[in-house]
Amino acid sequence: MHVIPYLVAYAALLVFAAAVVGRFIMFSKMPQHLRWELYPVAHEGGGKAVYGGSFMEDFEWWKKPRETSVAGELKVMIPEILFLVALKEHNRKMWTKSFPFHFGLYMLTACTVLMVLSGLLRTFWPDLEGGALFKVLHWVVLVCGFGGMILGIFGAIGLLIKRLTDRGLKSFTSPADIFNLVFFIVAFGFSLLYVVLFDRDFTTVASFVGNLMIAKFSALPMAGNPGLVYAVSVVLLSLLLAYIPLTHMSHFVGKYFAYHAVRWGDEPNLPGSKHSKNVPDLLNQNIGWSAPHIAGDGKGKTWAEAATENPAREEEK
Amino acid sequence: MSDQGHPGDRRAELKQLVELTDISADCGPLADIPLSQQIPLPPPFDKLEDEPQPTPLTDAAKEKYECELDGTIAVNIPKPESKEEEERLVKSFLSGMKKLFEEENNWIFLKPLVISAEHCAKCQTCSDSCHIYEESGGAELYRPSYRSEIFRRIYHKYIKGESEWVHGEIDLNWKAVARLIELSYRCNLCRRCAQTCPIGVDNALLAREIRKVASQEMNIQVKELHEAGSVLQQKVGSSTGMNDLVLKDNMEFIDEDTEEKTGIKVETPFDVEGADILLIHNAGEIMAWPENPGAFHTLFNAAGLSWTLSSDLAAYDGINYGVWYDDVQFARTAMLHMQAAKKLGVKKIVLGECGHAHKALTVIADRILAEGLNDIPRESCMTVLLDIVRSGKIKFDKSRNDFPVTLHDPCNMTRLMGIIQPQREIIEAIVPAERFREMAPHGVENYCCGGGSGFAIMSGHNFSEWRHRFSGRRKFRQILEAFGDEEMTKENPKYVCAPCSNCKGQIRDIISHYDAWEKAGIHYGGLVELMVNAMVDAKPDFIDWEWH
Ligand code: SF4
Ligand code: SF4
Repeated sequence: MHVIPYLVAYAALLVFAAAVVGRFIMFSKMPQHLRWELYPVAHEGGGKAVYGGSFMEDFEWWKKPRETSVAGELKVMIPEILFLVALKEHNRKMWTKSFPFHFGLYMLTACTVLMVLSGLLRTFWPDLEGGALFKVLHWVVLVCGFGGMILGIFGAIGLLIKRLTDRGLKSFTSPADIFNLVFFIVAFGFSLLYVVLFDRDFTTVASFVGNLMIAKFSALPMAGNPGLVYAVSVVLLSLLLAYIPLTHMSHFVGKYFAYHAVRWGDEPNLPGSKHSKNVPDLLNQNIGWSAPHIAGDGKGKTWAEAATENPAREEEK
Repeated sequence: MSDQGHPGDRRAELKQLVELTDISADCGPLADIPLSQQIPLPPPFDKLEDEPQPTPLTDAAKEKYECELDGTIAVNIPKPESKEEEERLVKSFLSGMKKLFEEENNWIFLKPLVISAEHCAKCQTCSDSCHIYEESGGAELYRPSYRSEIFRRIYHKYIKGESEWVHGEIDLNWKAVARLIELSYRCNLCRRCAQTCPIGVDNALLAREIRKVASQEMNIQVKELHEAGSVLQQKVGSSTGMNDLVLKDNMEFIDEDTEEKTGIKVETPFDVEGADILLIHNAGEIMAWPENPGAFHTLFNAAGLSWTLSSDLAAYDGINYGVWYDDVQFARTAMLHMQAAKKLGVKKIVLGECGHAHKALTVIADRILAEGLNDIPRESCMTVLLDIVRSGKIKFDKSRNDFPVTLHDPCNMTRLMGIIQPQREIIEAIVPAERFREMAPHGVENYCCGGGSGFAIMSGHNFSEWRHRFSGRRKFRQILEAFGDEEMTKENPKYVCAPCSNCKGQIRDIISHYDAWEKAGIHYGGLVELMVNAMVDAKPDFIDWEWH
């Protein structure tokens, strides 16, 4: 029986990884879309990003080397990921709930990563155990673990109340949206209950994560209620982990592409560019739109043909 | 719109509380927004009761066209004659929607579309950034996400076969399709909401995709954009209906008129092979604001540039209405522009004062140009004009522009192309600093003039009133606020500089809707007119302060 939580956790990790990677691959494999950038573009160099300027502000821009700045992107991306800056700026009321919720998730992720790190250190450098590094790690794990769960629950309850009471949100809320938030509250609630009641210094949790790392399925020393709450928490958290990327909550993947490929996808198509090389293949695909001015349906007409014919002129002649 | 004359009518206000599922309801128009719900404008237009009262649709229009959205009509969708016809249209809509998500049929925007179709967090952050929603007093129907969410629900339920429990309820019938298509024309495609979305979801893109399904699959278009727009341009050369012979006649007249006003001889060159620049105006300028091309040509000649206009089909009209509703029409016009430039062997194309022409040819067409066509760069007139100013080849006297000036930022040039500073540097050189005032907000966060995405040229039925009341109201508010410290009389004329033909048309229409020239001395025009007005070598008073 004690193997089950391990197996459930592995399965969840697998589903999570597969779904996230799958979504990344799906977006990456999509064809090159037309430019649809939106300013400010964070990587614009020459001080332009600050006010939303672009390389097209320069006289004969194509004759100048393009100035782009990775640091500029990071300066926008990192605060955006960590603190949801766009939401804070444009929807403060939502941010007061969404930020703790998301930051709670980040803290829990950090907590897990640190437990993995501790596990690795314990396995490969057992001499370090009991040292200052382990003590610091331990405290950070506790802060991230407790803080993450509390913030996550607080944020999810806030979001749930807002969804159910704000008219503008209510009519857009589906049963699944409510279920998702309740799922978070219940899963985090159980986990918080478990650690508060039975595992305040995260000993069992850390052992569980450490065992997961090295595929050691040893039973954790628990019986009765603690064992039950522990098992339920592991199963709920695992299910949640597997569930997130299968829903619209995988927006962290979408957001990456929304920013990098669309909003900031400003690279011009100059002679010899990678874009111009893709163009013939894209234009040689068949077009299937049916309206009479296109008349593509089932005719084997290509986009190139549709774009270069002029039915209006033909008619005129 | 029968309730609009009765401010405070409870029934009218209740009708603004539409649900998403109402889109398919058999209940008449979903919104009927009374003037009383709108926020009063700044003085001297601050009395709602003094505003022009909305005109209801005529019975004939109601009988003939689908009009169950909000009391106006943009698209003129004929009412189907039978249930079978309705079913056929619904099927056609679904077939188009399916094609949107197919690589072969929509490689053009597939990635941005899927992101926006699958990742909305339904947080409503976008609502407050939309001038239409805000100026409607928060009408549910005009939330940027209202139409997007309906689109998403239809997509999930009818295209992907997913559960309503997950994605929310929706029923698809002809009413829903007709309303959704009409609703896609209640958005200026300005993308201000996309700028504030924490995920990067783009409601404008979704509105445009709905327009595409209507046009590319169902053959439903707005007449002014399609038949009288892109089709006419591809047929005779310009959406104004002007063919190459009329063009040359008009330009000759403009040359003479400009010379008379400035005292500087100007002759517009046509089809000069090997010229450095192919200048493409929005042909609307030639017809409605001839002083604009006149000013351009005066400046280009005075600066000694090597330039030409083309008289080839569509190449003397920079408009490309396809950017608003149809990828194929868009690509066709873009190709005609590029081929004309190729034929003349110019070094670059310079786009005149037209925002959507800028974006269409410089940005959106960029990645449909294969090797051999992508070697002709497209440039904004803003950078070329700034280069003229910086070169010192033309002397300007700021004191000739000694009147209050504010600058409108066309969305296509600013938010969608990042061209913010050049026009400001030009203004700095030609307008006394104390006379210039920015609108709030401006630059990349500007508000649309309200004429974006084709609205400026759409005036069927009572649609122009809708445009003034909702989409254009925020810009008018901004203009009034920008001139807030000025005496609001005709004796103190003020200039709204709008360096875009469509924006200019829209601003002209708002000014005349509120009679703001007579009542507050608000006038408008382009940037080059201001430049020539300050040109030392030209006779003074190039700007004509008469209202036309
Ligand atoms: S489009 Fe963006 S801002 Fe608007 S509701 Fe969706 S996620 Fe929120
Ligand atoms: S008008 Fe502009 S802000 Fe409003 S929904 Fe359309 S794109 Fe968004």
